[in-house]
Amino acid sequence: MKTFKIGGVHPPENKLSTDRPIEVLAIPAQVIIPLSQSLGAPSVPVVNKGDAVKVGQLIAKGEAFISSNIHSSVSGKVLKIDEAMDQSGYRRQAIFITVEGDEWMEDIDRSAELKKEITLTKEEIVSKVKELGIVGLGGATFPSHVKLMVPTGKKAEVLILNGVECEPYLTADHRLMLEKGEELMVGIKILMKGLDVKRAVIGIENNKLDAIGHLKNIAKDFDGIEVEALKVQYPQGGEKQLIDAVLRRQVPSGKLPIEVGAVVHNVGTAFAVYEAVQKNKPLFERVVTVTGKNVKNPGNFMVRVGTSINELIEKAGGLPEDTGKIVSGGPMMGKALNSVDVPVVKGTSGILLFKEKEARRVDPTNCIRCGKCITVCPMGLEPVLLAQYAELEMWENVEAERALDCIECGSCQYTCPAGRPLLDYIRLGKFRVGQIIRNRSKK
Amino acid sequence: MNLLTLSGSPHVHGDSSTKKIMYGVVIAMIPAMLVSIYFFGLDAIRVTLISVIACLIVEWAIQKYLIKGPVTITDGSAIVTGVLLAFNVPSNLPIVIIIIGAIVSIGIAKMSFGGLGKNPFNPALVGRVFLLISFPVQMTTWPKPAALFSGLTDAVTGPTPLGHLKEAVKAGRTVQDVLENGSSWVMDGVNYSYQIPGYVDQLMGNMGGSLGEVSAIALILGGIYMLYRKIITWHIPVAYIGSVVVFSGILWMINPDIYVNPGFHLVAGGLMLGAIFMATDMVSSPMSWKGQLIFGLGCGVLTVIIRIWGAYPEGVSFAILIMNAFVPLINRGLKPKRFGETAK
Repeated sequence: MKTFKIGGVHPPENKLSTDRPIEVLAIPAQVIIPLSQSLGAPSVPVVNKGDAVKVGQLIAKGEAFISSNIHSSVSGKVLKIDEAMDQSGYRRQAIFITVEGDEWMEDIDRSAELKKEITLTKEEIVSKVKELGIVGLGGATFPSHVKLMVPTGKKAEVLILNGVECEPYLTADHRLMLEKGEELMVGIKILMKGLDVKRAVIGIENNKLDAIGHLKNIAKDFDGIEVEALKVQYPQGGEKQLIDAVLRRQVPSGKLPIEVGAVVHNVGTAFAVYEAVQKNKPLFERVVTVTGKNVKNPGNFMVRVGTSINELIEKAGGLPEDTGKIVSGGPMMGKALNSVDVPVVKGTSGILLFKEKEARRVDPTNCIRCGKCITVCPMGLEPVLLAQYAELEMWENVEAERALDCIECGSCQYTCPAGRPLLDYIRLGKFRVGQIIRNRSKK
Repeated sequence: MNLLTLSGSPHVHGDSSTKKIMYGVVIAMIPAMLVSIYFFGLDAIRVTLISVIACLIVEWAIQKYLIKGPVTITDGSAIVTGVLLAFNVPSNLPIVIIIIGAIVSIGIAKMSFGGLGKNPFNPALVGRVFLLISFPVQMTTWPKPAALFSGLTDAVTGPTPLGHLKEAVKAGRTVQDVLENGSSWVMDGVNYSYQIPGYVDQLMGNMGGSLGEVSAIALILGGIYMLYRKIITWHIPVAYIGSVVVFSGILWMINPDIYVNPGFHLVAGGLMLGAIFMATDMVSSPMSWKGQLIFGLGCGVLTVIIRIWGAYPEGVSFAILIMNAFVPLINRGLKPKRFGETAK
């Protein structure tokens, strides 16, 4: 069975919510919709305080090349546009909306009927994806329309769908593949048309046999779509790792996947593209897994963007008494939150509650030079060396050892027997090297 | 509600730890320990216990009174050094010499460099070589192995197969002659005779030697356990043992009269102990598998060179220490294959 070539780890999977069907979460009384919801520049508000908005109405525009449109996830009144704490813990601009009813924009097709026929042209698909604010739902939230615009001189050959969900605990993509298989396939066909490719491969890890079987079955009716079962190995969901696993091609350092003729989209994104192109529905809700060993009812919920994470936790049985850490995303790459009063955004794939005991890191001891971090690094780097150089502030060496290739998957730190904070130091190194490079290009 | 912990990802940690690795090594040494108790009697326990306790006390004292920092003797690394030091000395070594060995191993070879993980050389080997040079007589007087409670006393001493063969070949005899007919000599009016043990005896450990090195079988058993626990990888032992076989095999084919066959090199002396337990020490061996292969190869070639042309009959300790010195160079020179370098 295929997998990527270099490194990787296999943490305990702990997929507690695999059997929980996607449940629609009740609309909250208020939503806070941050203006920074995708990679790139923050979006610019197009509504004012006091304006009445409907579900799916454009409320902020992505004006920069890498930015995205944001739509209201509820109907009601704009309470204010003000700073609010987001998942990073910083206070950033957000649109507060007080909910009144659930009135949708008229041009959104709310029927459950599957619409298979694709009537839009290639160009129309790209502009639709842009207009309706579709971003990568795997977590990196890269604006999807940018990925559909293949740079001149390059040619996309294969579309790869990321259904790997290699992070432990998370099951949102798994449930989506099981429950929205047909829609997903149409979404993939749309993306294929948008990219002008004849072949698409859905990569799914072998711990989701039901999803693999289900999609293989449906794929028979869709030309050019294949399902590839992959050996379970973290971080297979990393873009470069997935391309390596599926196509046996390695994207060169500092280059984009298109360099090897590949474009990767998350399965969740493909579903959002289906809804946008076939149903005219902007991206304002998504599936979020709420899980943890102490969580009463772990599950997968369809949530409106801007809903407080607190509401999700309540729905899953409330915050357990001995919660020590709340993570947005998976345990390997997610971010620890400092409050439950932060909104769900387009990139929120899961909310993970750790017990007090699980929340603490092991105390670091001396490096014993075992080299395990080198063995597991999926980018072929030497984490121990990068961390040492960063610790000693030897930034030139950090750069020369290709710190910027690091995808921050955390495999090194996960594996380190001495419990050393390798990724902390590498992140610091990457940050400083980034600054140095920017200064250099200014001169 | 409790305060929330904030920290960067990853938020989970694998179940590997330094402690588990160190105690894993200790467990892997149990078969060899049992064999040495069988052949050398309670002396084997005496030497090992004293060595381990001395190592622990030296590390504790240095951390508490000299560095005045945290005491980390429970991490198991001093125990590993203690057992390995004991494995590398004769079972009749006086207590004082063992303690000196422990002081050199832990105090000089490990703590003076900054403690666990910082030492360039394998601490147990440094201690062993120090003792070998400082106390040549005591360190090369090997008690004859005698099955436990067989009635023989420890006072009976005999040479190691490697040492005896080297002397005999130097004296002009052929390898076959020594292996088949044994030797006898007269010293101070007393008649001595010695027959190099057969391969089965050597494999099992029924020969003169340091207490942990005698049984190849027990050491390989420990090695398999460490491979299973992923404490070591196959690269160093295989490269080491393989290069000894190839190099000594070439010499043997050139002239079997003065160069003994590779099989003898495998089971006689400390090759297995060195290749499986000493050269694989994480701290003082290269980090990448390519580097580990080169390291093992260097150890193997040096071992054979020292065994055949060196002043000492056994070259494992020196070979590994010399290669330890090359580790920083090997680490610097051999980068892992970066992702994307093989593109197209």
